[in-house]
Amino acid sequence: MKRQLPFALVFLFGIFMLFQYFVPHEKSEWVYEFLLDWVVVIGIFALALGIWSLFRVSVDKIKLRKENYGYSYITLAGLFVMVAFGFTHRVAEPWGLYFVWIILSLLCLASLMQLRASTNSGQKKKYLASALIFLVLAIIVAIYDDAWKFYFYTAEGLENSMFRAFFDYILIPILSTMFALLAFFIASAAYRAFRARNVLATLLLIAALVVMLRFCPWIQSGDTAWVSKASNWLMNVPNLAGQRAIVVGIGLGIVATALKIILGIERGYMGKG
Amino acid sequence: MRNKLLLILCLLLVLGGAPTWAQEIDPLDTTAAVDSVALSSPAPVSMVQAKDKGNDHGHAVVISWELSADDSYGDKSVIQYEVFLWKPFLYDTIQTLRDRVGTAKAHLIAHDDDSRDWKKEFRRAQKEFDEIMKGLTEAHAAYPEGGEFVNVGKVPCGENSFKHIGSKGNESGTYLPDYTDFYYRVDAVTANSEIRSQSEIIGPVQCYGQWFNTGRNPVLAAVLIFGFLTLFFVKRARKGSKLYVRPIGGIEAVDDAIGRATEMGRPILYVMGLGTAADVATIASFTILGRVAKQVAEYQTQLIVPTYDPIVMSVGQEVVKSSYMDAGRADAYDKDIVFFVTQSQFAYVAAVNGIMLRDRPATCIYMGKFFAESLLLAETGSMAGSIQISGTDEVAQIPFFIVACDYTLIGEELYAASAYLGREPVLLGSLKAQDYAKAILLIFAVLGLVAANLDFNVFTELFHVTN
Repeated sequence: MKRQLPFALVFLFGIFMLFQYFVPHEKSEWVYEFLLDWVVVIGIFALALGIWSLFRVSVDKIKLRKENYGYSYITLAGLFVMVAFGFTHRVAEPWGLYFVWIILSLLCLASLMQLRASTNSGQKKKYLASALIFLVLAIIVAIYDDAWKFYFYTAEGLENSMFRAFFDYILIPILSTMFALLAFFIASAAYRAFRARNVLATLLLIAALVVMLRFCPWIQSGDTAWVSKASNWLMNVPNLAGQRAIVVGIGLGIVATALKIILGIERGYMGKG
Repeated sequence: MRNKLLLILCLLLVLGGAPTWAQEIDPLDTTAAVDSVALSSPAPVSMVQAKDKGNDHGHAVVISWELSADDSYGDKSVIQYEVFLWKPFLYDTIQTLRDRVGTAKAHLIAHDDDSRDWKKEFRRAQKEFDEIMKGLTEAHAAYPEGGEFVNVGKVPCGENSFKHIGSKGNESGTYLPDYTDFYYRVDAVTANSEIRSQSEIIGPVQCYGQWFNTGRNPVLAAVLIFGFLTLFFVKRARKGSKLYVRPIGGIEAVDDAIGRATEMGRPILYVMGLGTAADVATIASFTILGRVAKQVAEYQTQLIVPTYDPIVMSVGQEVVKSSYMDAGRADAYDKDIVFFVTQSQFAYVAAVNGIMLRDRPATCIYMGKFFAESLLLAETGSMAGSIQISGTDEVAQIPFFIVACDYTLIGEELYAASAYLGREPVLLGSLKAQDYAKAILLIFAVLGLVAANLDFNVFTELFHVTN
């Protein structure tokens, strides 16, 4: 039963999704949208599991003193601080004890991490006590400080200037830096790909040179216009033909896999290959 | 004195009439020419028809007509057609209530001060709105009493149809209810929008949803044929027929790569990409992960699976756990083999690259959906000295993987991997069905090429999918 029920559900909803494609009626759309809403609901619950997984893995790194375990503190502090900023908003002109509350909460979190990481029972008691003290202090500050408020049900937290500042001036530049690395990786990958080791690699090199030269401004006209023509031919004929062949294969593969899953032939995704 | 007055009057008449006279006789004055054309109303459109759009969820009407005799620019003065729908005045009240509901809802989302009052206002406005919407069909049926024609769209000259596609949700201002009598009119409009001619009024017409989209018949036929082929070959495989599947280098290398990691005592990194659990590539990746995890459990090698999506993480954990149990090594299973990292693309790349450079995995396997991060991951893996096997159905990323990895599963090979690794006849049967489907497609492609060159459009239209 434990195995049969998931397969029955996959069959039922798989068949519905297949027929839904051919049934444009509003009622069919309603069921489809209802099911998609469930995906969002499941996703939210799964996110909680994901955050718990991240917390556990990070704490384990600290516990086992793995290489560069210090970064795990930063990961968890970043996670907590962004969540805290997202649920709070300043309501008076000065910040009041807001940053004191943030620090107390971080200390509480650090104590909890140490509590989980420590193996000695004496140490565990010490960290539990400190976590409770920091938690009580953080709650007192949150209750008596009128400079800021919690917003759990509405979107004020997203307008918190600290939230925006951390997002715009820390996260975005870091992500842009990661993306920018791609340029250097493309250069190193191109060097490896275009080494003329054999006939096929030489052909690839020549084709690549023609396509790259196409984008040089002085190649566009006059006696060198053939480069543009050759490049266009390479991109529109052999390249496009190859891509279409791959796309047709992918399309059939997707349909075959979907059918195998719906009919219960393919069960690997449930750990039963 | 009397003669003087008569003379002055005559002079005034001559002076006042002079410009008019000049305009009438000046052949270069184009303004006068255009005005003289625009002053006359253009010929109206004829044969106006309105019908349900069809093959949709309803809430849409198609209006068509025969062009005005004065269609086109220049001397032919009609430059566009405007379509009008008769709407009862009830819509004004509906819009007012809609605005009230929208304002209250927006306030409740954005703020939580005075929320009790706003909640009351929201409920009250919503109740009134629901009540009034019940009378909408009757109000339309009362045509022509209590309403007026309003413009719902326009098309340029030369076009003879207009799709009036409304919203299906009554919270939208463009809501078009199903099973309601609508009356339309089409105006032929000149450059001077005041000068126009109206068509006859067409109606009543109703829109409604369909239970089958006939525009997708070719897709249905293809799915049925392919489904039949799959079941046929699966049945044949079950009976014991030998099915040949060509060797796929990338899949065969998986075993060697796991062996290498075991010998080196270093971990295996398995990356499932940025796909969700709903992507077929990710589902195929789960199957391969299951096979890899089983071998890893048998060889007692370390496996690291950082994930981008929490649902993928949950499914991945189940797959790995199952594989460890199948291998008889349930005790060696650790829940943190598969763990969640982040849902930010480049933060995920940073985390995985960090793992590569710290743990120096002997083997990196990338299977699933990959985007801009493919080369960042594969190049770092290459620098870490790992054997790399990749597979994706993202056509744009395949070249990057081919360049940076030792083995790459191209497109459909990713889906074939599970069948190939397991060597189960039932799964191999579906691969055979794919091959035959490809052969059929190839034949149709050649026939289509010939038919298109011979202008035999009946054949090519058979494969035309609408919507």
